[in-house]
Amino acid sequence: MTYQEKKSIVSLISAILIFGSYCLYMYPRFPEGGLESETFHFWGSFVLILTLFSIIAHILISIIFNIVFRITTREKEPKFADELDKLIDLKANRNSFFVFIVGFLLAMGSLIIYEPSQKMFIILITAGFLSDVTGSITKLYHYRKGV
Amino acid sequence: MSKKLVGNHIRKLRFNHDEMTQQQLADKVGVTRQTIVALEKGNYSPSLELAFRIAHAFNLPLEEVFFYGDNTKL
Repeated sequence: MTYQEKKSIVSLISAILIFGSYCLYMYPRFPEGGLESETFHFWGSFVLILTLFSIIAHILISIIFNIVFRITTREKEPKFADELDKLIDLKANRNSFFVFIVGFLLAMGSLIIYEPSQKMFIILITAGFLSDVTGSITKLYHYRKGV
Repeated sequence: MSKKLVGNHIRKLRFNHDEMTQQQLADKVGVTRQTIVALEKGNYSPSLELAFRIAHAFNLPLEEVFFYGDNTKL
């Protein structure tokens, strides 16, 4: 298995672990009903902290992965993205974007049918997570099966 | 995913050129080893520019490195 394939798998697992652990951490703080402003405050901080937590965790996991890769394979990781990498990135971004847009439209649809705003935020955040996962799966698929 | 119609003789040519490694060829043409692996497996059709760079690396014309359709002769 090549560096890019391993990296896609690590990225997929870390996305699931980061999102899962963060949701478990935030679950007890979930506002039960209450004022609309409290709901917005909760979900606003949820998204901002998740973004920060996710960036830091991804950087740390990436550093650890590169160290482990160098030790186990005695190979250096590629320092640049060539035309194949860029093409696969584009396909991954396209699929990722498509999943997020579907989620975004569903979230807006939930407001149209007078669902609570909590549901809209949950759909939106789930769509963000699924789009991240879709991007990693697309990369893994194309690195293994070709473009 | 279906195999591409653009095939190549890169693997054979590497061996005919002092058993050049995939990494050495990758360094010569400015791509990652993963891309050379994908090319040899027939999982990726390179850009015209990369195809020319690979042909130049072997000092051969393009059509002796790449072929269109089912042509496995060298």
